[in-house]
Amino acid sequence: MTGFMTSPRNSPGTVAVLDRAPTSTTFSRVLGIATLVGIGWLVVFGLFLSPNDRVQKTGVRIMYIHVPSAWLAYLAFGVTGVSSLAYLWKRTRSLAWDRLAGASAEVGVLFMGITLVSGSLWGRISWGTYWTWDARLTTTAFLFVTYIGYLAVRDLGGTHQQRAKRSAVLAVLAMLEVPLVHFSVTWWRPLHQNETVENGKLSGLMLFTLFVGLIAFTLLYVWLVLHRQRVLTLLDQVDDRGLDVAIAERRNESVPS
Amino acid sequence: MSTWRIARLVAAKDLRVEWRSRVVVNQVLPFAALVMVMFAFALDNTQLLTRVAPGLVWLATMFSLVVMVQRSFAVETADGALDALQVAGVRPGGIFLGKALALGAQLAVLQLVLLGAAIVLYRTELVAGGIVLLVTTYLAATTGLAFVGTLYGGLAAGAKGRETLLPLLMLPVVAPVLIGATRATEAALGTEGATPSDGWPWIGLLALFALVFGVGGTLAFGSLIDE
Repeated sequence: MTGFMTSPRNSPGTVAVLDRAPTSTTFSRVLGIATLVGIGWLVVFGLFLSPNDRVQKTGVRIMYIHVPSAWLAYLAFGVTGVSSLAYLWKRTRSLAWDRLAGASAEVGVLFMGITLVSGSLWGRISWGTYWTWDARLTTTAFLFVTYIGYLAVRDLGGTHQQRAKRSAVLAVLAMLEVPLVHFSVTWWRPLHQNETVENGKLSGLMLFTLFVGLIAFTLLYVWLVLHRQRVLTLLDQVDDRGLDVAIAERRNESVPS
Repeated sequence: MSTWRIARLVAAKDLRVEWRSRVVVNQVLPFAALVMVMFAFALDNTQLLTRVAPGLVWLATMFSLVVMVQRSFAVETADGALDALQVAGVRPGGIFLGKALALGAQLAVLQLVLLGAAIVLYRTELVAGGIVLLVTTYLAATTGLAFVGTLYGGLAAGAKGRETLLPLLMLPVVAPVLIGATRATEAALGTEGATPSDGWPWIGLLALFALVFGVGGTLAFGSLIDE
């Protein structure tokens, strides 16, 4: 886990290493290039090669952003939940899980935001309205707010262990809450909005473009989370070092000169 | 000492603090009544008010819940009382249940006030056939709200000076209660021709909610207040 997630060069404690600790490894550089290539493909297929929809015309192209970012946000929140459980389970307890949960939640909130914005725009084009109180939309909006709250709790301060425990419990509670919210809004608004682009109506090239989008966004997710959790590791190290420096300064003050 | 006995002692302590300070009676209840008046100002239509009264009652409950939870934990953090309880080895599950019990009792009083306000201000009429459903709704919803309030109150209490965090964390979580309790209350009051049988499925949701957060809270409370 730790060996894979963190760069081998930034072992904690030593000043010199910390000052120029990189967040990239050969693996993440290759991954970054693959991500760029994937996004380039998505642009070419999404904007130029894929055909217009019969009903929605060129508006259908929002799908290539909207669906992958929604998938990615759900994946990210899933990873946050699983790594929070891994932190809470004593045998796998490690701050690396906590930082992975945090990094994944940050990326998840970002892409959930993109999902909501692109979905509103697409809705405006295809349904004539930015928002409908449909169960799926409402649950998504709740997820968004819930994880904004989760990120706020991560920033509360205290020791790394306190932060990890508090936010892990919250993430697990969020996993319990989401089905409840989903049930309640589904009952509240039983009329489901039909899928705008129905199965089978997607042409082969559209489906292919969608898959390109899914792959490109998944690569992007892995790359972002990898880097973000490395930065979080460095931030934790800076915190620890700041404390050590402060303690050393206080000690020096008490030494008669 | 059994968890249940700890819970009773903590609840009695909280209610005694309230009995002597009267903060909820003198500040939170008037605030709730004020919210009901403000809704009337904003909507300015008696028929509309009667139609949406169940929703407004529960919305006012949610707002007052935030204030009540803040009060409930202000008592604990003021002199490090919560830390002292923990140092004394009092089981966190007992503290959780006790505080939830006291919060539930205060919420029940609040809801009587809000229902009274709806009857007086919004011309809400109680229906004899819906009384059982109404009482069950109030019991189930209050239990769930008390558990969630205590759980997230404990979480926010650990974060000194971050009271602003509580509504952000708690209001999304109580959304199922807002939806479920409002629908069930509408059914109990016969709003827009609803019948009590429309309301009972929502009771299931409210009960499930209370169960999940009751069990989850008893287990997780210790980790959340552990500073």
